[in-house]
Amino acid sequence: MPEMNTSSLPDLIFTILFFFMMVTTMREVTLKVKFDKPVGTQLEKLARKSCTSFIYIGQPTDNLKAQFGSGHRIQLNDKFAEPNEVYDYVVSERGELAEVDKPFFTVSIKADHHTPMGIITDTKQVLRKAYALKIMYSANRPRE
Amino acid sequence: MPGLNTSSTADISFMLLIFFLVTTSMDTDQGLGRTLPKPPEDDQLNNEIKIKERNILNIRINKDNYVMIGDDYASLEDVKERAKEFIKNPENKPNLPELKPKKIKGLGGKTMMVTENHVISVQTDRGTDYGVYFQVQDALVAAYNELRDELSKEEFGYRYEFLTKDEQKAIREVYPQKISEAEPKKYGGQ
Repeated sequence: MPEMNTSSLPDLIFTILFFFMMVTTMREVTLKVKFDKPVGTQLEKLARKSCTSFIYIGQPTDNLKAQFGSGHRIQLNDKFAEPNEVYDYVVSERGELAEVDKPFFTVSIKADHHTPMGIITDTKQVLRKAYALKIMYSANRPRE
Repeated sequence: MPGLNTSSTADISFMLLIFFLVTTSMDTDQGLGRTLPKPPEDDQLNNEIKIKERNILNIRINKDNYVMIGDDYASLEDVKERAKEFIKNPENKPNLPELKPKKIKGLGGKTMMVTENHVISVQTDRGTDYGVYFQVQDALVAAYNELRDELSKEEFGYRYEFLTKDEQKAIREVYPQKISEAEPKKYGGQ
């Protein structure tokens, strides 16, 4: 029996590889805050992930607690930030989008359910000022 | 010259494939979408829009996470039912939002009684837990979704999510979602 020609197998696998590289996104930033998202039943899916920026709010992770304390903090990209820094972050994130995508720019707030509303409200006020009006409160579905 | 042995290329690319499968994520984020109001302009500050008292449902959450609807304490479970009653006002009560006849094109020009001007406002203290705030928001969206589902079944025989875009729009006209993202205020002590 002649052997099957497998010379095109690598090409096939490469095609699959490229497919996955296109449709998936790299895991987001290293988290410096830990958050347990609130649970909701009426959630909708995020429509365009590429037009979305994330704001993480929660307590610093255990190994950073000694350095940063246990107060709830905002994380933007890889850094801790104050609410007023959200403005620059949002403006620069939106600036990176293509002109056609700008109306779909959404900010997803991933916050711990124990976060005091003060930080969230401050963040929201800054978002309003930056005209980033579409926001999403990120949440989990209840476990069955 | 003998050809290069390429039999391991497949394995190498498999490794790459698996690496990408592990390090990337396809899971889409889920949550409650909201649109914030535009920032207030200076000349707008003084003339706040007057809303009739019966058209507004105030939900307040204090720093100890107690929920108040209007003037009385309520539990999280009550929020949905109270909101549904408020949005629909089925018995045309004088303390609930006013019903106005509205012609809905999408329902064959039928006239529906709509509480067009109702607003639900959720106010929190700076110390309120985000989780509780979120639960209330979730309950409000649930109230709207249930009302929309009920009407969709009545009019089209299907649940809201299975309707066409135009039909959904008609249903939304009867039950427009009006949750106000109000300015923060201090409640319940320091």
